Amino acid sequence: MNSPRIRLALLAGLGVAAALLCGCATNAAVRVRPWQRAALADDTMNPDRDPVGSKMVEHVYFSREAASGGRGVGGSGCGCN
Amino acid sequence: MVSARQAIASPLRWAAAAAAAALATVLPAQVAPGGALPPLAAAGLAGDVPDTSGKVVLVDFWASWCAPCKASFPVYARLNAAYAARGLVIIAVSVDESPSAYAAFVARQKPPFATLRDPKQKLVAQVQVPTMPTSYLVDRAGRVRFVHPGFRGDETERELRGEIEALLGERAPAP
Repeated sequence: MNSPRIRLALLAGLGVAAALLCGCATNAAVRVRPWQRAALADDTMNPDRDPVGSKMVEHVYFSREAASGGRGVGGSGCGCN
Repeated sequence: MVSARQAIASPLRWAAAAAAAALATVLPAQVAPGGALPPLAAAGLAGDVPDTSGKVVLVDFWASWCAPCKASFPVYARLNAAYAARGLVIIAVSVDESPSAYAAFVARQKPPFATLRDPKQKLVAQVQVPTMPTSYLVDRAGRVRFVHPGFRGDETERELRGEIEALLGERAPAP
């Protein structure tokens, strides 16, 4: 147990195990897979599905903040192709 | 006496091998040309799996919520009409978890080829499709020869026709 090699090996093993267990080793392991995107592809996930409502919200935002835009962030959809 | 460099290098090699092994269990490898798809008959699919022995098989993974999948069905219907008599079998595997969404899509499209459903998404997880839709062209010996991630209309149809012609021209393996 006193050998530096064994101590280093244990330390490295513990580091790898901790990284894997906390999900930090790779984001590929936790990302939504292509076949799991049914809910994301639903129309209710589209923030612009009501163009009149979006215009209204934008108008209120502009009136209060004297600024507009910056809303074109994508975040839904099936991510197909 | 072990040098400091040796003392560090050995645990690092061990740690790298352990990390690679752990990742391999978390992330199954994608099916690529030269590989083989898992046996469809044992994949727990809903529906009747057609006989594919000695045939060229086009296995397509699709979903009712995927727009390119919808566009691909008329193309597969044309391919089926052109090549089924020469030995092409098209199997469209839906990854829909909702049976009603699957049934509605099939009722609208009325595909002339086999459609099955992967209700627990077990097969698609084994295959690790890179995107929706993805089609796998399998030769008469059961090897995956071409993979088409995504569907790009005429371009994909042109590529598929060339590949299907080539595979149909190959001799079936001796039983």
